[in-house]
Formats: sequence, structure tokens, C-alpha cells
Amino acid sequence: MDWQWLIGRLDLSYLPHEPVTMGAAIGMPLTLVAIAAALTYFKKWGYLWREWITTVDAKRIGIMYGSVAIIMLMRGVFDALMIRSQTALGGPGGSQLFSTDTYQQVFTSHGVIMIFFVAMGLMFALFNIAVPLMIGTRDVAFPFLNAVSFWLFFAGMILVNGSLIFGGFSIGGWLGYPPLTELQYSPGPGVDYWIWSLQIAGIGSLLSGINFFVTILKHRAPGMTFMRMPIFVWSVLVTTVLIMIAFPMLTASLALLSLDRLMGMHFFTSMGGGNPMMYINLIWAWGHPEVYILVMPAFGIFSEIVATFSRKRLFGYKTMVIALVAIMFFSFIVWQHHFFTMGAGADVNAFFGIMTMIIAIPTGVKLFNWLFTMYRGRITFASPMVWFMCFAVTFTIGGVTGVLMAVPAIDFQVHNTLFLVAHFHNVIIGGVVFGYLAAITYWFPKMFGFRLHEGFGKAAAYFWQVGFLLAFMPLYALGLMGAVRRLDNYSDPAWIPFFIVSAVGVVFVGAGIACQVLQIAYSVWKRKELHVTGDPWGGRTLEWSVPSPAPFYNYAIIPKVNRVDEWWYQKEEGVKAPKDSEYKDIVMPKNTSFGFIIGMTAFVLSGALIWHIWWLVILTFIAVVAMIIMRTMDDFTEYTIPAAEVMKMDKEARA
Amino acid sequence: MLVACTIVALVILGYLLTRGAHFDVLQPAGQVAKSQKSLLIFAFGIMMLVVIPVFIMLILFAWKYRAGNDKKVDYRPEWSEHKLLEAVWWGIPILIILVLGITAWVTAHTLDPYRKIDSKAAPVNVQVVALEWKWLFIYPDLGVASVNELPVPVNTPIHFTISADAPMSAFWVPALGSQIYAMNGMSSQLNLIADRTGTFPGYNTNINGEGYAKMKFNVYAKSDKDFSSWIASARKSPNMMDEQMLQKISKPGTMSETAYMLMDNGLYDKVVMKYMKGTMSDKDSTGTSTQHDMSNMEGM
Repeated sequence: MDWQWLIGRLDLSYLPHEPVTMGAAIGMPLTLVAIAAALTYFKKWGYLWREWITTVDAKRIGIMYGSVAIIMLMRGVFDALMIRSQTALGGPGGSQLFSTDTYQQVFTSHGVIMIFFVAMGLMFALFNIAVPLMIGTRDVAFPFLNAVSFWLFFAGMILVNGSLIFGGFSIGGWLGYPPLTELQYSPGPGVDYWIWSLQIAGIGSLLSGINFFVTILKHRAPGMTFMRMPIFVWSVLVTTVLIMIAFPMLTASLALLSLDRLMGMHFFTSMGGGNPMMYINLIWAWGHPEVYILVMPAFGIFSEIVATFSRKRLFGYKTMVIALVAIMFFSFIVWQHHFFTMGAGADVNAFFGIMTMIIAIPTGVKLFNWLFTMYRGRITFASPMVWFMCFAVTFTIGGVTGVLMAVPAIDFQVHNTLFLVAHFHNVIIGGVVFGYLAAITYWFPKMFGFRLHEGFGKAAAYFWQVGFLLAFMPLYALGLMGAVRRLDNYSDPAWIPFFIVSAVGVVFVGAGIACQVLQIAYSVWKRKELHVTGDPWGGRTLEWSVPSPAPFYNYAIIPKVNRVDEWWYQKEEGVKAPKDSEYKDIVMPKNTSFGFIIGMTAFVLSGALIWHIWWLVILTFIAVVAMIIMRTMDDFTEYTIPAAEVMKMDKEARA
Repeated sequence: MLVACTIVALVILGYLLTRGAHFDVLQPAGQVAKSQKSLLIFAFGIMMLVVIPVFIMLILFAWKYRAGNDKKVDYRPEWSEHKLLEAVWWGIPILIILVLGITAWVTAHTLDPYRKIDSKAAPVNVQVVALEWKWLFIYPDLGVASVNELPVPVNTPIHFTISADAPMSAFWVPALGSQIYAMNGMSSQLNLIADRTGTFPGYNTNINGEGYAKMKFNVYAKSDKDFSSWIASARKSPNMMDEQMLQKISKPGTMSETAYMLMDNGLYDKVVMKYMKGTMSDKDSTGTSTQHDMSNMEGM
């Protein structure tokens, strides 16, 4: 009896063989079972379904994005620990903790998880949490689409982690250059897991980008002109433009690669007229803007934080906006700097090198503006501000090494070495991660109604900063010694101490994360003492004008905006309680299970594609399309809260 | 206090680590790598002109304008625009990038990997093939070939033509300078020169599968006399490099250093053309090595 039509290429031989992957393959399902048991015991399934899984409230979706991203951060750092343990022991006469094949899967999943499921996850968490509140609206433009985006992101996340249990992951690095990722060299399901997890999460990101772009264009409170928007909102606006232009290129390049793999086509193969160089161009035409997609919101966050904690208006608002737009523009004409060594002519290399350097100009201007926001301010060093100080130093160093690598003739000597690895971690940890961690501390009280404990927060910043330096400064040195990226063994004994220090650095970062876990646990325990209403930091922007935690409808009365930092000046003039007649009926979107079900069906669809189960591919594809049509036919997706009830809820919240 | 102690501890650690360490990129052995090292130091130095003042300002402002120091310094919460100051800090980075941009343009041309090195000595041609997971070096004019060992005469330009019969790889000798990708069906070029004798490690910098990290080789920069005697001994080697031998060593796996007598001068072209099979139409058989003609699909 031939079962292949039913189960595709599923086969028990794809179960993990090595202790380290077997541990994960047993541990992960056990954790899930434990969580399910706890949910059953405490009778929380209904709560979870009603309040979270079916929600379309941007703040809750934001919290879910954030929670997934933080769990993925732990997985990513554990991957890093595995990578650096392997290299610490990988010198001459050393031993292997696990096989090279596993090592290569681990650094691939480390990159994919950190970019797509940590950085992008935290970014969308912050968009969802802060943007509607900051522009004075009740929700995003398309609340249901927002839920679909999240569940697609979630589905991609399960795929990456699921590959650990069954089938293994790609060994091709986070961008999976062909021809290594073509059938000829990688016939197994690993590359397909990689393709489909990125594909599905990427579509979620694109939808979210559109959603927030429209939200910012159409849903600003009356009076909030473009030049009165908080800089964070500006940074989100330019980021969403980047997302809308760049992500279709990711989708297209992955789609072409999967056509090569599924249909035997030859877009990027070496044989049959394919050209891998085309893929490398396409993927970086997305990949470089992607870096700015991640870092620009961090610039926006620090603009809010520096102004708030310096108790001073942000210096050079207009220049900040011009700088953001300039970076947005230039980020599209620098992608070739990722492959100066592919043999393009000197003119091409020089052009892209110079364009890359030009980005340093607006970035430098931003730094000066932050400095002069502090100048003549009254600075409180709460933990978000401590993160800013770490960022200012670390990100600048990363910028310097970035400009070095933008000189093509220098890049020829450091490209694809550990110097490059150190550089991009320098900007991504120093810029993106520090920024997002600062933002979590900053907006946490807005979500939950209490602050995070300051001592643990500062300890976390300390361990992250020192851990970063220990982990990556040795990599700069190793790169200049000739150590290439992605190696797990080497023959020069002089490299061993550098790799050991780097591994110790990862342990420090782990200690930083431990501080953050303790910080959250301790703050939940002592939440009464850390309780604040509304505005714990002396905020400047509208989100601090509503009670904390922000009510599900955000604003009982939509505010009117007359200037930048509206809330700061309202406080100076004295805030008046609203009159009863100002309350109006509110229309809110209804919860729906379609987002969750579409996401999970897309997950099954991807699984079926990975394992070549064609009947299931057709079935789930039709199901997804049918559900989208069904949802668009539903005319009753909203409900109304009467003005009297809004007034009652608002007065209780403000009491 | 804690911050200061940490900085001191990290600096001491950095000193201990790098003391006596050898940096191939910063202690180069060839003209190309030497120019690249000076360029690296120049670009780094010029950026320090702005980075160091920024760090000083950061620490100074953070200290001076801290809350609790209110009485001594003025607090101006509305001061948020100053045309001259803003012009200054658009100006400073623009100036620096102008200098660096001109430098980048000039050096992208002078240090272009494809550019021949000026020298009285006639260049030695070496054809490089990246295999799964070893390097094949063919000396077409000298009648020898080798795997994972690359003897070259000192003070003589070496002209490399580089291809692959493996997933995309990259050829790099840090002590000599400039790396370049090795790709199936394509020929990249690279020109290097060794200024002194010695053994310099070479690497593959682009992941191409399981044996990637082990895909290393050694450059032996020899005096003319030593180089000639190596050529002579390789020509007498019992190992013959021809299509059959190439097929044998092409199987995935690592290898130790081996010298061969070269039996087939056209071996390199065959490796490149292998990937062109069925992709060139009859009309354009003289096309470049990066032909991608979809009209003839039998090769699939």
C-alpha cells in the first residue's frame, strides 16, 4: 500500500538524532503540555479565548507580539550560547559539543529568530501599543487585519521552532544564498521550513505595515497635523513606507526560490540558465531596508525618551523629520554594499559605498539633536534613559565600523569575517535591542498600570552592555586576524582566548535577561507599590493623558491637538475634567476568531508545502480564501457603547 | 563608580587579550593588504575626530544637566531650535563623508581586485576552483596544479581567475588582501602580490556546506629559486591532474595539501563551461561566461 499521496515525504527518519536537538524536541512539547494542563486546572481556556485569542484590540495584540518576541529572544540567546560554546571549544585539540550540521542549523535559526521573531515582533508590539494612543485614536485602521498579521507571525514562529522537533532547519544562513539552498545541495525539508516561516511571517509584516500606514494617515486626532506628530509616530510612518516597498521583494524572492525547489524551475540554480546573483540582489534589496525598518522606530523611541527624561522639548524637531525621511530614501540605494566582493566594477562599488556613507550624515545629526536635547535639560536617569546612554555609545561604535565597511576597498578585507558579525550585532543590539528594551520599560505602565522595578532594570542594562562588549569586541579582533563568520573550528591556538571571552559575554547577556525576568516577576508581585495612574514619567505626548492601564477604547473623548507635545502643555495650563455633554457613543470592533483560524490554517498550509502533502495544500489554500471571503461578507463587525456607559467607565477609571 | 571600574577592567582585559596577538589584516605581507590597512586606519582616525567630541559631550551633558544639579545650571525647557548649531552638525558629518567619499571612490578604483598590479616582474597566472570543501589551484603556464597549497614567488604579481564547482564560496588571503566570490559557471578575478616570504593562511569566507570551516589553504610565498624547485618537483609528481582526477577530488570532503602534474591545460575552462551546458544558443556561442539564455532548456 502506497501512503505517499497521504503523508508526502513525512518519515520517522526525520526525528532528531543528536542529544541537544532531542532535548529540545522532548522539552518543547512537554512545556506545552504543562501550560495546557495549567490552563485546564485554573479553568483559563475560556478567558484565553475570549480576551486574547479572538481579540482585535491593538493593545492586546501588541502585548501578544511582545510576549512571543520575548520568549523567542530567550531561544535566540540560547542559540547564541550554543554557537559561542561550540567556538570556544572549537580550537586545535578541542572537542565538538554537537555536529557541524546542527551548528549550521543553529546559527541560521539564531539569525532568523532574532530578526523576524524578536526584532520584528517587538517592533510590531510597540507599534500596536503606542501608535493608536499617541495619535489619539481608538484602534488601528483595520483591527481584524491586525489580528490576521499577528497570527501569521505566530504561525511562522511555530514553523521555525517546529523544525527542531521534526525535519531540521536550513544550514544556509539567515538569508539562505542559493545555490546552497537549492535542491542540488539541500534536498531536505530544512530550507523549506526556512522559506515558509519567513514567507508567512513576512506577509503578516506587510499587512501590518499597510495597516499602520493607513492608521497614521487617516486616524490622527483632530488638529494633529504631520508636523505635530510625535517623532516616534514619524519614525513608524517612514518605517511602514519601507515595509510596503521592501517586503514584496522578500515575498517575491522567496516565492521564486520555492518554485525552484517545488517545481524544478531554474531562477537561481547554477544549472539550466539560473543565476544565484539575481537572488542575492533581490534579497538584499529587501534586506537592507529591513535593517532600517528595525532601527528607525528605535530612533523614534529615543527621541521620545530623551525629551521626556530631560524634561525639555526635543531639539530640532524639523531636522529629526528630515533626517528620518532622508534615511528612508537612501536605504533603498545601498543594497549592493552587502556584496562588494561579488566582482561588480569599481564604479558600481564606489557608488554604493558612497550612498551608504551618506546615511551616516542624517544619523549623526540625530545624535547631535539628542545631545542638545539633554543640554540645558533636567535629566532623570530612570532606566529608559540608562538604555539611551548605552545606545548612544554602542550605536556610535557600530556606526563607525559600518562606515569603515562602506569603503569598498576596506570591505574586501573584512567582508564575511567575524568583523562583519561584530558590526551588525553592534548596530542591532546597540540600536534596535537597546531601543526596544527601553521602550518596553517606558510604555509598560501604560499597558499594565504599574511600573517595572528600577533596580532590576538598571542591572539588566548593565549586564547587557558589558555582555555586549565582551561578546563582540573580541569578534572585531578575530575578524582582523582572519577568522571568518559561521566557522565552528579553527586551527590557530591564538584565537582560543578571544572565543572564550566572547562566550563569557553571552553568559553576561543571559544574566541581563535573567534580571529582566526577575524584574517582571518582582514588579508583578509588588505592583501595588509601583502603582501609578496615567502619567508616571511626566510624559509629553497624548498616551499619558489616559488612565493606566489604558482602557480598551483608549480615549473616552477624542482629544484635540494644537501643538507638538500637546499633553505637556495641557498639564502646564491645568487639565480640566470633561463635561458630561462631551461624551459621545463609541463604535468599537467586535472580537472575532477568524484571525486565529486563518493564521492556523496558513500554518497547516505551510506544513503541507514543506512535506509535499499536496491534497492538504489544496484543501487549506481553499479554506484560507473561503474564510477571507466569509469575513468580508460579514456586515456586523462592530458594536456601539452608549455615551452614558462611556461616561460611567471613564469616571471610574479616573477616580 | 561601578561604570568606571568596569571600563578599567574591560580595558585591562582587552590589553591582555591583544598583547602579542597577530592580526593578518593589520600586519600584512602584500602591497594590496598594506594599502587596505592604511586606508582602514585613515578612515577610522578621521571618524574619531567627531566621535570623541560626541562621547565627551554625552558624558559632560549627562553629568552637568542631571536632575539635582538644578541650582548651578540653567534649565530652558523650551529651547529647541538654533539655526546655526543645526547647520554646524549637518556640516561636520557632511565634511567627513565628503573626505571619506572621495577616498572611497579613488580606492575603489586603485584597489579594484580586477586591476593588474604594476610591477617589473611578469605576473604568474593561477586558476582557482572552489570545490566541496577544498581549493584547487591550477598553474596553466607552468604545467602544475595543487590542492590546498598555493606556492607563489615573492615580489611577483599573481593574477587569479576564480570559479567554483560548489555552492558559492569566496577566496581570501588576509595577509595579502582582498577577497572575492567564487561562483559556478563564472570567472572572477583577483590580483595580489606578496612582499615577503612566509606562510600565510587563506580561507573560504562564504558558507558552502558542512565542510565550510575546514576549507582552508596555505599560501607559501617563496623566493624565485624555491618556487622554481617546487614547480620542478610538482612536475615530477606521480599525481596527475586531469578530468578523471578532478572528478575524483570533487566529491564532497576535505583534503590535505597535494601537488599534481597538470595534464590538461583546459581543465579550468571545462569547470566553468560545465554550468553553461544547454544554456547557450547556437547563434551566440562566443558569449561571455555569464550567459543566461533560456532558449535552450535541454540541460535541465
